[in-house]
Amino acid sequence: MTTDSYALHSDDHAHDTASHGSLKSYLIGFGLSVVLTAIPFWLVMTGVLDDKQVTALIVLVFAAVQIVVHMVYFLHMNTRSENGWTMMALIFTVIMVVIALTGSLWVMHHLNTNMMPMHDMSQMP
Amino acid sequence: MNPDILKAIFGRLSIESLPLHEPILVGTFAVVATGGLALFAIVTYFRLWTYLWREWFTTVDHKRIGIMYMILGIVMLLRGFADALMMRLQQAIAFNGSEGFLPAHHYDQVFTAHGVIMIFFVAMPLVTGLMNYVVPLQIGARDVSFPFLNNFSFWMTVGGGALVMLSLFIGEFARTGWLAYPPLSNLGYSPDVGVDYYIWGLQVAGVGTTLSGINLICTIVKLRAPGMTMMKMPVFTWTSLCTNVLIVASFPVLTVVLALLSLDRYVGTNFFTNDFGGNPMMYVNLIWIWGHPEVYILILPAFGIFSEVTSTFSGKRLFGYTSMVYATVVITILSYLVWLHHFFTMGSGASVNSFFGITTMIISIPTGAKMFNWLFTMYRGRIRFELPMMWTIAFMLTFVIGGMTGVLLAVPPADFVLHNSLFLVAHFHNVIIGGVLFGLFAGINYWFPKAFGFKLDPFWGKLSFWFWVSGFYLAFMPLYVLGLMGVTRRLRVFDDPSLQIWFILAGIGAFLVLLGIMSMLMQFAVSILKREQLRDLTGDPWNARTLEWATSSPPPDYNFAFTPVVHDTDAWWDMKRRGYQRPLTGFKPIHMPSNTGTGIILAGLATAMGFGLIWYIWWLAAVSFIALLTVAIGHTFNYHRDFHIPADQVVRAEDARTQMLAAGAKS
Repeated sequence: MTTDSYALHSDDHAHDTASHGSLKSYLIGFGLSVVLTAIPFWLVMTGVLDDKQVTALIVLVFAAVQIVVHMVYFLHMNTRSENGWTMMALIFTVIMVVIALTGSLWVMHHLNTNMMPMHDMSQMP
Repeated sequence: MNPDILKAIFGRLSIESLPLHEPILVGTFAVVATGGLALFAIVTYFRLWTYLWREWFTTVDHKRIGIMYMILGIVMLLRGFADALMMRLQQAIAFNGSEGFLPAHHYDQVFTAHGVIMIFFVAMPLVTGLMNYVVPLQIGARDVSFPFLNNFSFWMTVGGGALVMLSLFIGEFARTGWLAYPPLSNLGYSPDVGVDYYIWGLQVAGVGTTLSGINLICTIVKLRAPGMTMMKMPVFTWTSLCTNVLIVASFPVLTVVLALLSLDRYVGTNFFTNDFGGNPMMYVNLIWIWGHPEVYILILPAFGIFSEVTSTFSGKRLFGYTSMVYATVVITILSYLVWLHHFFTMGSGASVNSFFGITTMIISIPTGAKMFNWLFTMYRGRIRFELPMMWTIAFMLTFVIGGMTGVLLAVPPADFVLHNSLFLVAHFHNVIIGGVLFGLFAGINYWFPKAFGFKLDPFWGKLSFWFWVSGFYLAFMPLYVLGLMGVTRRLRVFDDPSLQIWFILAGIGAFLVLLGIMSMLMQFAVSILKREQLRDLTGDPWNARTLEWATSSPPPDYNFAFTPVVHDTDAWWDMKRRGYQRPLTGFKPIHMPSNTGTGIILAGLATAMGFGLIWYIWWLAAVSFIALLTVAIGHTFNYHRDFHIPADQVVRAEDARTQMLAAGAKS
């Protein structure tokens, strides 16, 4: 963003210092997203890896990287934007999501093992 | 007429949906209809409709929206409490073969409606109302970040409440308990409209709650007066920030759970069924991931109110401000780590139960720290026993009992005995009434003079206080006893006659609470009549410490003619100490948001859509949905969103204040 457009905007409302990206950064983001989408597709369509579980895990890892790419290149997140509030919000969200997901998996694993029909009491975790 | 056509027009709504065969409901309807007609007639007679529409319904002023939230909460309190009285009466007489006066079908709706209304439409509006009113004033702002959104959020809450109230006279409400656990809430076991009323009432109101959470977070983060760093914010603002973070983080979970339940009910998916890979336990797990933070959403602002009240009425700076802030933040995070304690008995193994039992007990540490901070604030303070302080002391005594029974329930083996019993019912009423409600009453008595320019009458206030506190103890201590003896909750009739005396005592307690509520309404009426004697000319009737008391009571539309500059935690106290002089000249035009009717129209359409979906009136749902989108998109083309209050108008308002202050100094 140029200083001129900043001056134009700043009489309306106080502008934050976050970058709004450049053509280059958008293209890098686009390129990375395409690659990160194509590889999982290729993995699944061709079935290169014999083990489906390993494939699923790799796809999940690519998905996670994809999220980071989107946040950095399209949502312009960094440690400085909005005086660090974006980063703080992200950390909080990650903590909440991790708690809810891992907690639910842990709890539901127990409940499924213990309470669903035809279970074996001796196998209780 | 052809039944197919009728079905296309009215869905499953028919003349049989009206509860004409239930004398209690017909009587209630008669009373409500008469009251409503009388209100309508009065408003029409005094030609108030235009005034109400222009000045209140379409307002974007956070103060008026806050007041409307409070009115909504108090009106719904009357409904929720009527349910409570009916339950207490039923349980007090249903002994020795008596069936009581409520048939099972009706009784189940009453206890469900009581829970839903008290949490979503009493506690939430009252908490949101106080935050809405007080937070912008406390941080020296002119309004919230998104004033139109604020109006829209309020009306969505009203829309959800209207759907729940409608279920009283058209159709029926859920008979599932306040969290509508499947499989009972699935279509197979609840084929009627009750659960659909529950789902859509909460979904419509939930939109409002989530948006107002976003709005207030943004307000607190972005609109603080210069100099007010995070660690100089008033404690009530801190607790409001944490509460709204909790709202934004947890309400989406509720929305998703209810959406999945509605998919099960409307299109036959199997998320929470017993067959085809569904699992009802997942619903319980997910709804408590929302449900536990929800109770902290309610209690944290109350903690903030007690902090403000304690330091104001002890004439001292709050003891341990920093520890208070950290305790609040720690509670915010920990509130996400304890949800399983609501279903210890569902069958998780020992490792899961011990983990969640221990995290639950850990929460009592920051809460205990807060309690000691309040005590140390009072220690060697010059305590004034005005009404807000009385409620605070009642809270400290009552909440400690509720907290201790909570820690008791956090021990999984103890929970296996007490789960689903009246002991649990007594515990959560102990913390919600003794914590949240007492806090809200302290807040209402504390901030009322700010909002209306006169104090509340102390005589009726004290009467209300003593009826409420004694009524609370009489109503709920017997339930602890009954719970320990093994009586489960939500029972309609009893076999063991030796239990009856406890239920009669609890019933008398509920009656005392009724007197407390009536005294409170009387307090409002008497205060309005005696407003000239109770007038507050200074804007600072309690010699308080935070910025909201720096402006007049009631504050002008723009709150502060000049944005205050903050140097200390108790900003207003600091200003008074340094001999602050109000600026009397140099006023400029003030930029303000314009009122708009879009919020109430959107919420009305959303409510109509909810009604259509509840009764399977598909055309109504479709038409309202399209209208909803049209109005929302149309509103983006509204370019008349702001105006300037001219400088001479500001001068006039500030001159009036100067004269008022002079009159106050003389008297």
